[in-house]
Amino acid sequence: MRYGYYPGCSLGSTAAPYDQSTKAIAKPLGLELEEIHDWNCCGATEYFSIQKTAAYALVARNLALAANQGGITQLTAPCSACYLNLRKTDNYMGKYPEINAHTNEALAAGGLSYKPGSLKVRHLLDVVVNDVGLDAIKEKVTSPLKGLRLAPYYGCLLVRPTLGEEVDDPEYPTHLDELLDVVGATVVDFPLKAHCCGGHMTQISADTAYELIRRILQNADEYKADAIVTVCPMCQLNLDAYQSQVNGHFGTSFNLPILYFTQIIGLAFGMKPKELGIGKEIVSASPLLSKIGAEVEEPEARPARRRRDDKSLPMPKI
Amino acid sequence: MTEGQTKNDFLSEVIAKTAGGETLLTCLQCGTCGGSCPSGPDMDYTPRKLFAMIQADMKEEVLQSNTPWYCVSCYYCMTRCPKDIPITDIMYTLKNMAVEAKYYDSSDAPDFSESFIGYVEKYGRSFELGLATRYHLTHKPLSKFSYGPFALGMLMKNRVSLTPERIENIDQLRAILNKAKSLEVV
Repeated sequence: MRYGYYPGCSLGSTAAPYDQSTKAIAKPLGLELEEIHDWNCCGATEYFSIQKTAAYALVARNLALAANQGGITQLTAPCSACYLNLRKTDNYMGKYPEINAHTNEALAAGGLSYKPGSLKVRHLLDVVVNDVGLDAIKEKVTSPLKGLRLAPYYGCLLVRPTLGEEVDDPEYPTHLDELLDVVGATVVDFPLKAHCCGGHMTQISADTAYELIRRILQNADEYKADAIVTVCPMCQLNLDAYQSQVNGHFGTSFNLPILYFTQIIGLAFGMKPKELGIGKEIVSASPLLSKIGAEVEEPEARPARRRRDDKSLPMPKI
Repeated sequence: MTEGQTKNDFLSEVIAKTAGGETLLTCLQCGTCGGSCPSGPDMDYTPRKLFAMIQADMKEEVLQSNTPWYCVSCYYCMTRCPKDIPITDIMYTLKNMAVEAKYYDSSDAPDFSESFIGYVEKYGRSFELGLATRYHLTHKPLSKFSYGPFALGMLMKNRVSLTPERIENIDQLRAILNKAKSLEVV
């Protein structure tokens, strides 16, 4: 199965483990992911906030490049925000003639064009669950994740807004639950599974973001999850990298590793945690891995510096 | 607008600049949007109230309010709206209009968005480290201490790119964006 692959900016930096684990499981899943040549940023939510017409054009350049890349008809994105922007731009160009006209007028300035509907935009989770299929995945499981309690976290942009041809329910989706079930894990009930992780609010209004992050963590903790499984770099970053700030802010003591669904599949296929980028999360996944008999290699801590014990003048301090 | 109402340019402008925006006229004032909003408690006005204010031609109050800037784009309101009003898209329209009119003064949010797109226009990709550094030093110099542990953790786990990546055909992208900016917002 051949797909155009749009990794998005995060997968080159903060979400590098998502990219690594996606590539690691692609082969056993029979997925041929062909990166779109010279793709650009999807604009996240920021470009739409400043100027929508330019934002659609920014996204549409990627659609045009993908549609021109040797017979690609399906475009997959692992990041939920990229997925939404690509899907929404294609959908709105098809639905609103004015958006289509403006976007194509802008694309023409760069010698490109895009006919809405030429590509089918898919989230990577949808491709894995519905194209590869749960039965095929189940057959490849060599190390079932017995005894692991996982909270399936969908976030917002994978399931909303409803634009037609939805993959799952916008408020109570279940396809990630089914996937975690076939790899042998115990899927915990998770009422806030499609609530917001705070998005870019960590940068703009931290208190707002911390409260939204706290709700998600607390909900998973109440159902005694060993980890939260995500499908989006932004959700992973907010829940993982800001967890200690949230604990400091609310006096809580959450200690929940946040892993990508691709890493979970890789573990069930018997791959080494390191091959899947596990070990780069801020909240360590080691306790969870020892539960299933896998070991993680943490980066070695630097040796502590020795104090100077001579009588010379003190070192400068900030 | 129905006949007999006074002319409301602001309402017409919001509708014209939002695909599917004419549904705003059908708003029932049911409040499902505000009740579904995760950041509702931080907003000056809930979306329901804001829509009533648009219908009442309160342009300055609407464009100066923090409501659109607290929208996290979770699309819960839009999914639940019984009249299918594209609420999140209307919030984007209001942000576009507020930026254009320079109608905000107490929010860092527009500057964050502008810093973000600054990197996209320069490199074609976003650059998280540059964005966070530039934005935090400009806006929250004192918060860099609380931001420290986060940044250090990410650096030690090798999850931050230290240099921005530039796409090959950046001139093509800039030509497309410049053309788009000369066209009307829909």
